[in-house]
This record gives sequence, C-alpha cells and structure tokens, in this order.
Amino acid sequence: MTITHHLTDQILLAHAGGALSEAFGLVVAAHLSMCDDCRARLGAFEAVGGAILETCGTVPVDDGGLAATFARIDAADRRTAPAPRRARGPLPGPIADYIGGGLDDVRWKPAGMGVRQAVLCTAEGATARLLHIPAGVAVPDHGHRGLEMTLVLRGAFRDEGMRFGPGDVEIADAATEHTPVAEHGADCICLAATDAPLRFNAFLPRIAQSFLRI
Amino acid sequence: MMMFLASNSAFSDACIRPVAYVFSAPAKIRVQEGLGVVEDAASDDWTRALLRVRDGRDREAFARLFRHFAPRIKAFLRRGGMGDAQAEDCVQDVMATLWHKAHLYDPTRATVATWVFTIARNRRIDMLRRVRPEPEDLPWGPEPEPDQADALALRQEAERLGVAIAQLPDAQRSLIERAFFGDVSHSEIAAETGLPLGTIKSRIRLALERLRQRLS
Ligand SMILES: [Zn+2]
Repeated sequence: MTITHHLTDQILLAHAGGALSEAFGLVVAAHLSMCDDCRARLGAFEAVGGAILETCGTVPVDDGGLAATFARIDAADRRTAPAPRRARGPLPGPIADYIGGGLDDVRWKPAGMGVRQAVLCTAEGATARLLHIPAGVAVPDHGHRGLEMTLVLRGAFRDEGMRFGPGDVEIADAATEHTPVAEHGADCICLAATDAPLRFNAFLPRIAQSFLRI
Repeated sequence: MMMFLASNSAFSDACIRPVAYVFSAPAKIRVQEGLGVVEDAASDDWTRALLRVRDGRDREAFARLFRHFAPRIKAFLRRGGMGDAQAEDCVQDVMATLWHKAHLYDPTRATVATWVFTIARNRRIDMLRRVRPEPEDLPWGPEPEPDQADALALRQEAERLGVAIAQLPDAQRSLIERAFFGDVSHSEIAAETGLPLGTIKSRIRLALERLRQRLS
C-alpha cells in the first residue's frame, strides 16, 4: 500500500497531547495501523511529552504512595492481562473493534444517491461513520461545519484534483469547499469523522458526477 | 515562529476540550521547578531499572522508578488541572500500569519518560470518561534483548530534543507544555509546530523497520 496523504503535525500533536475527541481519534488510530511513518511521527511528538514530564517539576506524593501502589500491583496480579489487539481481516483493528467484525458485519443505512452509511461513534460532539460510495458518485452534500477527516479503506476518491486511495487521509475544514467523488471502476469505502452531527440532504444531490465523467 | 494561533475560526468548535476535574483547585498547586534537561546517565538508569522490573519483578528497581517519576507524574497531572486526591490516585494507577506492562516497553522506540508520559496521558483520558482509540498492536512485541546501540541513540536524540525544547522562547514552550498537559484543543495548534522532530522520528521509524525485517 502506497500512502501519499498523511496525518498533519497539528493532528498528531493534538493526539499526542490527548486532545482529540473519540471520532477523530478513531481515524488517527486506523491510519496509524496502516502507516508506520505516521506511527513514528506520533512517537516523536510523544517524546516531546516525555521531555515535558521530566522538566515540569515535582509535586510530593503521599508518604504511603509506594506501599499503596504495591498493594494495587499485588491485587491486580491475580487478574489476567488483556490480549493484544491485532488486525482481524482487511479492516484496520480499531475500526473492526467498533463494527464487531468485518465489512460484512456493517449495518448500512441509505444516505441518498446510492451512498450508504453506518455511524460508529458520536461521543463528545464528533461523529465517525463509514461511508460506502458507489463508483463515480459524489459524496452527498453534507455541510460539515468544522474539521472533517476522511480515511480511505477501499477503492479511491478524487477531490480538489488529488487522488485518495487506501490508507490516504483527507483533512478538510469548514473553509474548504470540496466534493469528493468516488473513482470509476470500484466502489469506495471510507471512514469519515466530522465535528458536528452531520445530516445528509438526500434531496440536494451534487451534480459533480455529471461533469467529472471526462 | 508562533506555534499556536489564539483562535482559528476554520477549526472552531472542532473538539470538546477536557473541562472538569472533580476537585480542580489549581491555586493550591506547589510545583517545584525542574532542573531542565535530563542527563543520559539517568535516562539509561531508568531503562535498566524498568528492564529489571520486567525480567525480575524487581521491587527495589521499581521503588527507584517510583521515587523519580511519581512526583513528576503528579506535577504533570496537577498542571493539567487535576485535583490533588485524584492526581494521587492517578499516579498510583500509572505506576502500577508501568509494572504490569513492563514487558511491552521497547527502549528503541521510546525513553522511559516518554513511555510514562503516554501511560499518564491515557489514564487522564480514562478519568475524564473519554475514549481514546488505539492503533493495532504491532504483530511483534519488543525484543527480549533490544539493540543497545539503538536504545542509546534514541535516548541521545530524546536528550537533544529536551535541550531544544528548553531553548524555545518562553511563550512557545509554555503553549507546547499546555498541549501536553491537556489544556488546549487541537484547534489552538497551528499547522507548523516549530519543533525539531526530524531526527528522533527517523530513529523511531528505523526501529519499526528493523522489527518488521526481523519478523519476516
Ligand atoms: Zn501516514
């Protein structure tokens, strides 16, 4: 897999600091599962966090803190450790966790123009959803108001003259007028996170597909 | 170069910030300022102590790690607005996690301080009842005997990074610190961070590549 569109420093720093809401964190985690380069860049930002931990000063802990910690350790030692989280099929592990399986287990709902969607999480005011866009079709008018991150899982779409294939992530804000269109030949499945509850307007289909069919 | 924008309308409301810790009382924090950069000798010592915890369940080595890191984790959490009692509880939890997950620590990819930071950050997110999705675990764990030269090179890069951060203009450094204390939303972070991360990123990337090669 050749990934050309990666996470930005802004997103990686926010994720390293723990500022991203769950929906955006899911897109990041899914991309990191596919991209060692961004995994290493995140590691570099986390090293900044390590440096800050070393230099941010000290606050004395309770006198019995160490003994209390050993008590916790001994109590927990009797429990079993969780199994490592690994890929379960073609979907990145973090997404499979939300679906509880693979693409066949997704419960799609129609979103207009043949597009189907499945909402995965909506915590903290941001929403992550899977989108299934038929080949050649534009993502319906969805009017996101802030940050939007879209990760391609299968197929490809074109937007703003660029191609986004599997593993690529497109990051757009409210100022970006954009119309992703699924490439001809194969349906496109992607994971999209938006900062506001997003309502598709099935009665205002984009006409992009008619003039993009070159 | 300014790293953060005071406000960025394009990204406004893009993220809910952590708002309320139960006993938040920042006015009472007594933080002793650190001495700045960590010496490599000390950093090396923490790596060896952690490997002793991993291999021998060494309580004395753990106690040394606790004495060094527990007061720093507490300062880190208090700086982020967490109340004293909650921070104390969180510190013990983080240190217990260090013990239990010692087998997952890879000194070629993170210093002990960095690893402790990630555990503390994740625990803080848990306590705010937020969810942080994690990427897939690598299909190969850290090696039982990590490459000493690689681990040393990473520690040296981390040390240089610490120096570079200490030399940043006060305003920029303080904004970066706030990003790690959990005190800013991503919308306050500008596209250019101005942090010299190229070399340490390459080190970590190399470590990932080597692990993948050894697997195949
Ligand atoms: Zn990437």
